[in-house]
Parts: sequence; C-alpha cells; structure tokens
Amino acid sequence: MTVLFFSTRRDGKSLADMARAEMGPVAGAIAGVGAPLICVILLAVLGLVVVNALKGSPWGAFTVFCTLPIALLMGVYARFIRPGRIGEMSAIGAALLLVALVYGRTVSVTPALAGFFDLSGPTLAIILIAYGFFASVLPVWLLLAPRDYLSTFLKIGAIVLLAIGVILVRPDLEMPAVTKFVDGTGPVWSGSLFPFLFITIACGAVSGWRSLIASGTTPKMIENESQIRFIGYGGMLMESFVAIMAMIGASVLHPGVYFAMNSSAGVIGAPADHAAQVISSWGFTVTPDMLMQMAQSVGEKSILSRTGGAPTLAVGMASILSSFLGGGAMMGVWRHFIILFEALFILTTVDAGTSALRFMIQDFVGAAIPAFKATESWVNNVIGSALACVLWGYLLYAGVVDPYGGIWTMWPLFGAANQMLAAIVLTLCTVILFKMKRERFAFITIVPSAWLLVCTVTAGLEKVFASDPAVGFLSHAAKLSAAAASGTVLAPAKTLDEMSRIVFNDYLDAGLAALSVAIVLVVVIYAVVDIAKALGSSKSTAIEVGAPVLAAGGV
Amino acid sequence: MLNRYSQVCACFAQTARLMVGIPDYENYVAHRRKTHPGLPIMTYEEFFRERQQARYAVGKGRFRCCC
Repeated sequence: MTVLFFSTRRDGKSLADMARAEMGPVAGAIAGVGAPLICVILLAVLGLVVVNALKGSPWGAFTVFCTLPIALLMGVYARFIRPGRIGEMSAIGAALLLVALVYGRTVSVTPALAGFFDLSGPTLAIILIAYGFFASVLPVWLLLAPRDYLSTFLKIGAIVLLAIGVILVRPDLEMPAVTKFVDGTGPVWSGSLFPFLFITIACGAVSGWRSLIASGTTPKMIENESQIRFIGYGGMLMESFVAIMAMIGASVLHPGVYFAMNSSAGVIGAPADHAAQVISSWGFTVTPDMLMQMAQSVGEKSILSRTGGAPTLAVGMASILSSFLGGGAMMGVWRHFIILFEALFILTTVDAGTSALRFMIQDFVGAAIPAFKATESWVNNVIGSALACVLWGYLLYAGVVDPYGGIWTMWPLFGAANQMLAAIVLTLCTVILFKMKRERFAFITIVPSAWLLVCTVTAGLEKVFASDPAVGFLSHAAKLSAAAASGTVLAPAKTLDEMSRIVFNDYLDAGLAALSVAIVLVVVIYAVVDIAKALGSSKSTAIEVGAPVLAAGGV
Repeated sequence: MLNRYSQVCACFAQTARLMVGIPDYENYVAHRRKTHPGLPIMTYEEFFRERQQARYAVGKGRFRCCC
C-alpha cells in the first residue's frame, strides 16, 4: 500500500524508476535486474505447476488445449463479427468451455483419442514454451485479450462458487494442525520451519509481485489518493481469503491422500500399494484401495506424486463442490473444472509474463543496441519473445526432467526471490519515508522489512550452504558428484547422465540463490547510506510529481 | 423497484467490464461532449479497440501478474 501511494505520487512510475530516482543508479539497476529475474523464475514455476497438473491426464490436457481454439474464436468474434461485445463473446466462450469440459470425460475413456492427450512432462513443457512464444508474438486481440476475459470471469465465478461451497458443506478438516514433519524431515518439504515457513508465497501478506503491480499499474487506475486505502487493504483481504480457501481445500483431504499426491515419486515409489505402505509408515493410515478409488472418482489413472499444489486444490475443492452439487458422479467434472480454472489462470500469466519479460529484455539489451529498443518492430518482437521463452523455458525444462527435485527445488528459490523483492521494496519505502522527513512512521516499513531480511537471507544462505543434502544445493551436488565419481547411481537418478544433470541444476540454483542474497544486501547498504544522508538534511528531499518539493529539494 | 433493479444490473455490468479493462463508453462520450466540444468522438468499436490495445501495452509501465 505504501508502494502504491509513493508510485501514485510519482506519476505511476515503475519500481525500477522509483529506485533509480530515490536511491541512485546502482539501486535502480538492481531493481531493474531483479524484476526480470523473478519474472523468469515465476514463469518457470508456474509452468511446472501446469505441467504437473496435466501430465498423464488426457481429460485435463484436452480441456486446456480446447481453450486455445475457443480463445481464438472469441478474439475473431469480438474483433470482426460483433466488435466490442464482451458480454456475448464471454458467454459463448464459457458455454464452449463447459462443453469441452464435459466432452473431456469421453476423450479420456476412448483409448484412440486419449492417446493424443496422454502426454509426458517434457512434451508438455515444450508445448507450453511454444505456446508462450506464440501468445507473445500474436496480436493481443487474437489470443491474449479473449483468454484474459475468459479467465477473469471464470476466476471470479470459481472463487464465489468455492466460498458458497465451503459455507454450505462445512467440511471437516482432516489434517492435524501440526504434523510430526515440523522438524523438517517431511516428504513434501525439507528444511526447518524457520525460515522456510516465512518464505512461502504469502501473497495476501507480503509479496514482491504485489509491489510490482502496485507501482506502475494500479496508480493509473485509481481516481484519487483517498481510494488507495480501500484498494490496498481490500486487495490484501481478497488474497488472504483465496489463500484460506486453498488451505481448506488441502486440509479436507485425508492426510494420507494429501501426502500421496504431494510427495515426489522418488520418495513414495510408483505402485499404489507401495506408496500406501510408505505413507502408512509415517503414521497416516491409508490403503491402496483408497488411493485407487480416489483416482478413479476424479477420472485419473493415478493421483500419486501429482505435486505442485494445483491437483491437490482441485481434488479438495472437487470433494467439497460435489457434495452439494451433483454428488459423487460429478466429482471428476468438478475436479477438471478447477484444474481448468487454475490452468487458464496460469496460462494467462504465462503469456502476459512472457510479453512483459520481452519488454524488459528489449529495454535491457536496447541500452547496448539501440535498434533493438523499437518494441513495435515485428523482428524485434520475435527475437525478444524467443529470448524470453528460452530463459524461462530452460528453467522449466530443467525442473521437469529432474525427477527428484523438480518443483521443490525451484519453489524455495521462487519464494525467496519473491520475498526478497518485497524486502527491497519495503527498504525503498523506508528510504522515501526518511527522505520525506516522516521518520515517525518509518517503523511501519522497517519492522516487516527487517523480518523479511532475516528470513530471506537465512533461507537463501541455508539453501546454498546447508550441510543437509535435502536442503543445501551445494551439499546435494557434492553428495551426487561423489557418488557419480565412484560410479554408483543414487536413488532419484537412473543413469549417470541424469546424475550429472541434477548436479548441474544444483549449481545453477545455488548460484541464483547466492545472487539474490547479494542483491538484497547491497540494496540494504545503499538504503542505510541514503537514510543517513536524509537525516542529515533539514528539509524533505523526496522527489514527487507536482509538489513544490521538486523545485526546492532536487537531488 | 424495477428502476433500482436495472441500476444494480448496470453497476454489475460496469464492474465486469472494468475488470477486463474496458471503461464505460457513455462516460467517455459525456466527457468528450463536455470538455472537448466539437472534436470527433470515437465510435464504440474504435473505443473498444483503443482501450484493448492500451490495456495490453505491456512494457509501457503496465505490468500484470498473478502472484
């Protein structure tokens, strides 16, 4: 909210611009590099979520693929047939989508058709990367805009429906409040509660993305400063609301089923009876029958190791929704409805993110080669989009082919990067507060940024240097290379070749984590210097638009 | 009563359109008439395209994402 306020007072400038103006060129450059970096990681992680939700699931893949022609049709409709009729267009799109959703069941039970949509992880990853490229190159009205309309309305609809469902059904929470895995040995997450609990994506509470949007985008949408409080708090409350529903969705599942879905295949193994045995040995009794039956009722071959969160939420929510709308028979349809909603949502982010990343790359490279800066040029567009897709696509592919870590090695990086951006932004706000001579209120941003700094830096360092191979990238790499040197193949990898790939991923992750920690520390040092300077000055030195300060202060 | 109902509907429609970045066309027309009399006013189709382009002009300081 503070960011929103400051950006509004600065003509809706972006974060990097604000940092450059208030804290000098170095801090500005860091914020400018940090944003695309996080964007790349975010796109890769979201891509992983989609891939994990759709792999080996013909029904889900068919429905999600169907959204492409539907969006194209909607785009043409709103452009040429009945220009600008959003209501009609969205209604047609939604109707077609529901048809695709229901028809998906037929596809999944017809072997001839199911074969086309029963895709492996790497194939899906490549499709997704190609999709991101084309969506970024095609004109926005054809694909981006209609799909965005569809996902916006679907999103609101699904969330309202879920809220009603939760209130009507009042499901019991199956998951104990604290499991024995808080010591950091859990199958889903490794690492102790502190600091890793605090670097999960706490969207409604603290998130670097929020600040990216709050600077640049939102200030252009509000009418006056008095709306900032409502928008800021309202946005936070809405996000937390969705987050709480997601937690309910995960907790209404039987804990055994939850762990079966969220533990990687390297830990619980493939056949249902083996997985059930492993999970029961953790103290959550579950039978192979339960797992099989759950998979069957949602129309999947298997629900084991479908990590990434999206499938879990889908199953949890499907069990809530089907208990008040349609009963057990509808469970599969509901589940794929939620998957569809998540996938659409993420694909929208993937294409918007790719084009945003393309502009950032063009901005960055354009500094060296001025011709590349012309964002309207089609050639530049294709090159920029291809570069953007290669960047996040590479991380995504690496995550998909890495059978052990996969999403769980990227996730802490993403969480940490996101929270680090938040810390940087809060630090920036603190500096601005001091520069405005409002030291009295500075604690509002100092307290959370200090806490974030402690958490993210500890987490980042632990991910790099921790001696436990389940946590630290370097020790994991060392363990694997030692094994490779002696010629033994360790559990997750099947060949020596895979081993070396995992080792490479570890070093890559370690490098990225170390880089983020360094960036945060540099920003903090700059901030302290700036605050000292601002304290020494007798009048406000902040740079605002339209205020007399500009003439008087001027840096 | 009926009047109030249609008012609520209009409000919902406006909110839904704003969510996808298309502001009120009537407001735009009224604004042009009041502050720029005599100047040309875009038709709804032109207005729609112009707004759609503007909304997705990423990179010009506009940035949207999910998380």
